[in-house]
Amino acid sequence: MSRDRKLAWINGLLLPLLNVLTAFAATAVLFLLINVNPWEAAQTLLYGAFGYSEGVGYTFYYTTNFIFTGLAVAVAFHAGLFNIGGEGQAYIGGLGAGLVVFALFPELSPLVMIPASIVGALVFGAAWAVGPGYLQAYRGSHIVITTIMFNFLAATLMVYLMSKVLLEPGQMTPQSRLFPDNAWLPFVHDVLANFGIKVDRSPLNMSILLALVVAILVWFFLWQTRWGYAIRATGRNATAATYAGINQKKIIVVTMCISGALAGLVGINELLGYHHRIIMNFHVGYGFGGIAVALMGRNHPFGIVIAALLFGILYQGGAELAFEWSNISRDIVVVMQGLVILFCGALEYMYKPWLMRWLVPVSDSAKGAA
Amino acid sequence: MKKTAINKLVKGLTVALATGAVSMSALADIKPAVVYSDAGKFDKSFSEAVWNNGVKRFMDETGIEVKEAEPTNLAQVEQYMKRLAKRGHSPIVAVGFSQANAVAAAAKEYPDAQFTLIDMVVPEPNVQNVVFKEHEGSFLVGVLAAMKSDSDVIGFVGGMDIPLISRFGCGYEQGAKYQNADIKVIHNMTGSTPAAFGNPSKGAELTRSQMESGADVIFAAAGGTGNGVYQAAADAGKYAIGVDSNQNHLHPGTMLTSMVKRVGEAAYQSYSAAKDGSWAPGVQVMGLAEGGVDWALDEHNRGLVTQQMEARVNDVKAKIIAGEIVVHDYMSDNTCNY
Amino acid sequence: MTYAIQLQGIDKRFGAVHANNKVDLAVETGSIHGIVGENGAGKSTLMSILYGFYQADSGTISVFGNAYRFTDSQQAINAGIGMVHQHFMLVDNFTVLENVVLGAEGGYALAAGMDAARRELKRLANEYGLHVDLDATIDSLSVGLQQRVEILKALYKGAKILILDEPTGVLTPQETDELFKIFAALKQQGVTIILITHKLREIMAITDQVSVMRQGTMVAHVNTDATDESQLAELMVGRKVLLDVSKQPGKPGESLLKVKQLNWSDQHGVARLKNINFDIKAGEILGVAGVSGNGQSELLDVLTGISRLQQGSIEVLGKEFTAKQPFDAATMRTMGMAHVPEDRHKMGMITDFSAAESAIMGYQQDSELNAGVWLKPELVRQRCSELMVAFDVRPKDVQLKSANFSGGNQQKLILAREMERSPDVLIIGQPTRGVDVGAIEFIHQRILAMRDAGKAVLLVSVELEEILSLSDRIVVLCDGEITGRMAVEDADERKLGMLMANVQESHDPLQAQMQEAVQ
Repeated sequence: MSRDRKLAWINGLLLPLLNVLTAFAATAVLFLLINVNPWEAAQTLLYGAFGYSEGVGYTFYYTTNFIFTGLAVAVAFHAGLFNIGGEGQAYIGGLGAGLVVFALFPELSPLVMIPASIVGALVFGAAWAVGPGYLQAYRGSHIVITTIMFNFLAATLMVYLMSKVLLEPGQMTPQSRLFPDNAWLPFVHDVLANFGIKVDRSPLNMSILLALVVAILVWFFLWQTRWGYAIRATGRNATAATYAGINQKKIIVVTMCISGALAGLVGINELLGYHHRIIMNFHVGYGFGGIAVALMGRNHPFGIVIAALLFGILYQGGAELAFEWSNISRDIVVVMQGLVILFCGALEYMYKPWLMRWLVPVSDSAKGAA
Repeated sequence: MKKTAINKLVKGLTVALATGAVSMSALADIKPAVVYSDAGKFDKSFSEAVWNNGVKRFMDETGIEVKEAEPTNLAQVEQYMKRLAKRGHSPIVAVGFSQANAVAAAAKEYPDAQFTLIDMVVPEPNVQNVVFKEHEGSFLVGVLAAMKSDSDVIGFVGGMDIPLISRFGCGYEQGAKYQNADIKVIHNMTGSTPAAFGNPSKGAELTRSQMESGADVIFAAAGGTGNGVYQAAADAGKYAIGVDSNQNHLHPGTMLTSMVKRVGEAAYQSYSAAKDGSWAPGVQVMGLAEGGVDWALDEHNRGLVTQQMEARVNDVKAKIIAGEIVVHDYMSDNTCNY
Repeated sequence: MTYAIQLQGIDKRFGAVHANNKVDLAVETGSIHGIVGENGAGKSTLMSILYGFYQADSGTISVFGNAYRFTDSQQAINAGIGMVHQHFMLVDNFTVLENVVLGAEGGYALAAGMDAARRELKRLANEYGLHVDLDATIDSLSVGLQQRVEILKALYKGAKILILDEPTGVLTPQETDELFKIFAALKQQGVTIILITHKLREIMAITDQVSVMRQGTMVAHVNTDATDESQLAELMVGRKVLLDVSKQPGKPGESLLKVKQLNWSDQHGVARLKNINFDIKAGEILGVAGVSGNGQSELLDVLTGISRLQQGSIEVLGKEFTAKQPFDAATMRTMGMAHVPEDRHKMGMITDFSAAESAIMGYQQDSELNAGVWLKPELVRQRCSELMVAFDVRPKDVQLKSANFSGGNQQKLILAREMERSPDVLIIGQPTRGVDVGAIEFIHQRILAMRDAGKAVLLVSVELEEILSLSDRIVVLCDGEITGRMAVEDADERKLGMLMANVQESHDPLQAQMQEAVQ
């Protein structure tokens, strides 16, 4: 096998796999410490994620969110940008989706309503990312800092809007009124029922298809268009990109818009797909989870879909664990997810030197460099 | 033909008997459950009160296990609620108004399960809704605050800025003005999200600023945030009024009284009623008359409340129960015009 | 005679790059020893090995007669070596004193160590004339004073041997004079100084001995008073095997590229290009000779729209560009200019990209490759394989990562990309740097073919041989200025070498003056 091939396998498959296994091993130790049999816990987790149709629905429902945010992080990453603002962009994207629904005639056909609302989510998500992008490109403010700050701004803005402006009259929960039902994305269980397939109700809705289509589009965009080319060139070698006549500032702003728009689609899955109204904090955790998903998925849409599924499993299986095991609290589940993020994100390359020594001997690497 | 008809009849009867037997056994041996708010069980507020005064108490007294579920997001609230219903848990107590949507969905899907929703109304035939007339209880403590105040300025610190909390504030203000038309009531809300119910330092900060504006009695309707309010008042030697449970013992000497709202009681009663077979759906409005809200007078605040004050407050209470005083409910029109 | 430093057979490879090839060096105690060589000649690698940053693959190091094997710079410091880097290693918002004691605080309690350090620094300052306000923060000091702090830092840590990497690159002439006075004082006190530079005039002015490096090898050790600048320049640039380039007489047409009054300063405000004027006609190659680092890169970047034009004008095919109308690399490309950059890894290609992707860099917007925004992969691959055939790039694998081609093949791919579109103006930097001999000839022929096809070619190269064999006319850059221009028939290596060092054939008054200042 050529060195390139080997490296691709190591980086793309072996390393993420080892990282996940390490995280699971650490979780197992944690479970032993709190007197939980890790093997049984793993069975519960997997049963929760795949054991029955409702659980499967929830797993894919969470997966959908992670696909959107994972793609958002990845697109920015390809331009060399670290978009930590997925949370805020998702939140504001949801706002956009909802505002469009409320702005249109409630009698409108779903075929108009839903696409319009999706555009709303894209535009609002992008709008929330364009600020940090502009500040990075033209004012040199670091994107990590600004996107984090925009998360706080989004949270504050939504608190204001939800409690003062969009609040359904007479409601205590800060939530808007219900969307008219022609703005509801069909649930997967309803769609399947039309084909005579009976599955339990779950929040899983047609957004999952949207997510898969978007993943393919992102792949196409990054690797099959000149814009994607410009983005990747900028991320890989900014000097060479300038040489190639690529306006880096513009690329930064545009990339952030795309990234934000993708994150904004979380609002479609959550609001159009399930809650059917604008609610607070529907986005929490998905923006940050998307970073881990993108890292684990090696910023490739295919990898991201797989990694998002893993996170979907952790979310739903984790809920199952917390529900079934009285000595596993919901916080332990968060710790478990944190361990996966730690080993796959922060300690991403922990095993790499060792793997390289073992699998790619020096003579091989010298040959590759020549 | 005939034979099959008889067969059917027999089968039907067996089924009926079987179901009857099931519901009979459910009477004797209930499988209660609770779904806490997504802020967690120990939120120093609502969920914790339901645990302490309802769930724990019921388990201790009856030895019946109450299945607890702690969701992390709203999708899980519904998921857990349906799962509990599917597994035959009943009654299922839903803690807080934010679970209304989930209760509505689960109640429709599982018409045989019984749900008790606190602080919100979902009109389903198998849902028991427990709502409180917080404005009535608040009116009483407003009267007392106005009598106790020397500065003729009193304060209100709310938790999350929602109509429910404004209902407390509005009732409190009405009571104070009823007692003393010239009194000034300062209103502050801690925040606009559920986190505002768990922010004692912000509560203390608001209290200090109210005291700087002259307030000498401060009513907190803010869950865990209230602890900061009471501490700040105690530090300054001013009076504070507790909420939800009787909090007079927290700072004896400065806790003027507490506006008791018996949420844990609601959970406890739901379980007990189910155990007795007397559980009934519908809306239970828990006002002064029903004992759902009240003011607290015990050994901790006895020294602060004069005979005259006590008589006056009880007089007002009687008038409210009798309908002579009608306390405006903020949530009826989302305004505090009375 | 005692030697402060003796290096023998130092060998270091970075992958395929042979950075130091069996290098020997002996530096006499108490002398000022210059090391000259072009960028990439291996000077910095050698000094990094001496300072413990890198470890040599083979060879021995001895300092004051003791053999060492440094694995980190602390060991080198302990052996008495101090280094002043080209880019200062100072904490901007710390005071001079804090910077000097950084890493040598002496215990956990800062105050005691600081007092001791203050006394010691005062002594050093008096002894060597290194006066600087110990309580001033670094960012309030001029570059010259910051450098002084670096020297103090090294001396404070007990350095008996000072290595200075391009110390005058950032200094004004006055500051340079001051620095040389300090050198003289240090020398007086018995400190050994190793001076790395490519400014030959400074070498002549201050050093006792000089060593010349070229392409990783040590090519000469000479006593300074036994050599002169033009000889050093020749040694640095070296001679390649004379390649047989058959060149037809040129038929220059009208001017396609005119550069007028070009001035350009870098981000620190240092003038890198001074008053550059030239023009290139159709069917003509203009060679730009010079020791690298004298403004060639900046010239290339400004001409091709990579760096922003600040002053002056550039006229391409009759269209004039000034500072008022910003243009970028894409603008220049659409004007019919193509650019083969000096550094193919940094600029010419993206090493992580496949060959096919690198082969469209700069032309990703081409309507021939795109259907709408769809950059059609099969067209991209097809373009690349065409280029590979035309320029004989091997292996002919369009999917192979760009990094995995040899230097020559990478360069051929870039040349193919830029030349196959038949641009009117071709800007080429170092066309054969790091390219094997076989490819050199091929590349030279291609460049001449461009000229014969009536294109205007600007050829920037540090290889005099290349300049002489390809150019029709030659300009020489030194320190950002054009120090000479001539037709190729009038040029020879010696002439160019002198212009590259900016010395007149006869006596140089400035040089004499500097030597006086030292003595």
